[in-house]
Amino acid sequence: MAVVGVLALQGSYNEHMAALRRIGVRGVEVRKPEQLLGVDSLIIPGGESTTMAKLANYHNLFPALREFVSGGKPVWGTCAGLIFLANKAIGQKTGGQELVGGLDCTVHRNFFGSQLQSFETELSVPKLAEKEGGNDTCRGVFIRAPAILEVGSDVEVLADCPVPDDRPMVIISSGEGAEEEVYSKDRVIVAVRQGNILATAFHPELTSDSRWHRFFLDMDKESPAKALSALSLSSSSSRDAEDLPKNRPLDLPIFE
Amino acid sequence: MASDGTGVVALYGGSAGNKVVDASSKPSATFSVKVGLAQMLRGGVIMDVVTPEQARLAEEAGACAVMALERVPADIRAQGGVARMSDPALIREIKRAVTIPVMAKARIGHFVEAQILEAVGVDYVDESEVLTPADDAHHINKHNFRVPFVCGCRDLGEALRRVREGAAMIRTKGEAGTGNVVEAVRHVRSVMGDVRALRNMDDDEVFAYAKRIAAPYDLVMQTKQLGRLPVVQFAAGGVATPADAALMMQLGCDGVFVGSGIFKSGDPARRARAIVQAVTHYSDPNILAEVSSGIGEAMVGINLSDPKVERYAARSE
Repeated sequence: MAVVGVLALQGSYNEHMAALRRIGVRGVEVRKPEQLLGVDSLIIPGGESTTMAKLANYHNLFPALREFVSGGKPVWGTCAGLIFLANKAIGQKTGGQELVGGLDCTVHRNFFGSQLQSFETELSVPKLAEKEGGNDTCRGVFIRAPAILEVGSDVEVLADCPVPDDRPMVIISSGEGAEEEVYSKDRVIVAVRQGNILATAFHPELTSDSRWHRFFLDMDKESPAKALSALSLSSSSSRDAEDLPKNRPLDLPIFE
Repeated sequence: MASDGTGVVALYGGSAGNKVVDASSKPSATFSVKVGLAQMLRGGVIMDVVTPEQARLAEEAGACAVMALERVPADIRAQGGVARMSDPALIREIKRAVTIPVMAKARIGHFVEAQILEAVGVDYVDESEVLTPADDAHHINKHNFRVPFVCGCRDLGEALRRVREGAAMIRTKGEAGTGNVVEAVRHVRSVMGDVRALRNMDDDEVFAYAKRIAAPYDLVMQTKQLGRLPVVQFAAGGVATPADAALMMQLGCDGVFVGSGIFKSGDPARRARAIVQAVTHYSDPNILAEVSSGIGEAMVGINLSDPKVERYAARSE
């Protein structure tokens, strides 16, 4: 069975591990570059993207992550993970932050504003429902969430959502503040797929709806890298005892 | 939280929706969204800062959030007097300086300070015993706010009382501003030990147990079923070194608050960075040894067996 890696630098990696457990898939925590070799797909969880970028830098993870993404194995970024995977991110901290890239889109790091503007909504996801069944909507939990402003032609849009009224003004500056425009559309993209890359601005790992996780696993089955990854499976069985310290925090409840 | 196969006890009949949330609150401030941010902070370090420059330093070191204060707890201890909410102008400046979440402290029971902090737009309010309490009997009714709250606790009963009042995140109190981790360890062990004892308890005994620890029965039962607090739990109060931070994580906390420990040390930037790495790699002694090396002097610290040292943790129940 495929082994799913979850980047465990900071953030909601426990929640992703729990979500994988619920659908009977084995997840392993990834903190070091060499651990990426043993996994067939990778989830980059939510969290603080600046923190995760710093930690990835300290341990020289970026080259390994870029290689993983360009190698064609499935990668899914939620929230902070989406920012990691974007080719271009705006609204970052002073000095910017390093990105993994690979997903042809422009992301605004904190599009929906601060925690007071965090929200929950029902998203219309016909493409997800078509593949994984269930109803046409899914629960979207947006926590200080990013959003996708523009996508390239290869990128398939899986969900968008209306722009809330109380969202702060978003100014898109291209280059060194030369041209500025205000984001004026009334809907914004929040879930996309481009080949082996899946990205969501919201957090399916905080809900009991496991369709997004199944959707991601199905990408693995379709992926051209599958044949290769089968070879590495044999080495993964020895990893069971690893990364399981005692007193490991248990799962939080899912708040409905 | 209804019994939908997750094995979690239903609250108050548990029809549609989570009854922990006040039904009158706006839809965009559901408990899930409040806890959600705390979940995004898991595995991270929240640092006390008093200037925008310190906030930038914390962000560069990899802090997952900053706590905007006028004085760090060590200075509050040294200078004495009444400690209150920080100047909103300072909080705004710090908010402008960084992109990570900004928290701020309100006095216990001072719901107007909390209203002001909500209006300023902080991401989390810490109803904190480090500030001088404004109400010695009542905490803030945190269900009335859209901004989420973190509250301190010393044991399981106190933690669950705060959750029932609406806290979406819990931190064990420790003893802030001392640089001495002993109280933090005591409180984390107390909560974790209580949860372990509760897990093995007969269901019939939980009623009397809930009464004994003065906590709501439904939350006690939920904690028993989950085997952990139902919200994110950080450690605080006395963490001064990367080893202290990793100790808190190995004891089972979800993350760490570091107050005076960073900016009262010899080399704040390196220490901040080392503590961030220690929290991520908390179970890897090799990395802990590496990040603990050559990070300058730790804060001096206070011996807690001295009876003259005021105990902040005992300021609220």
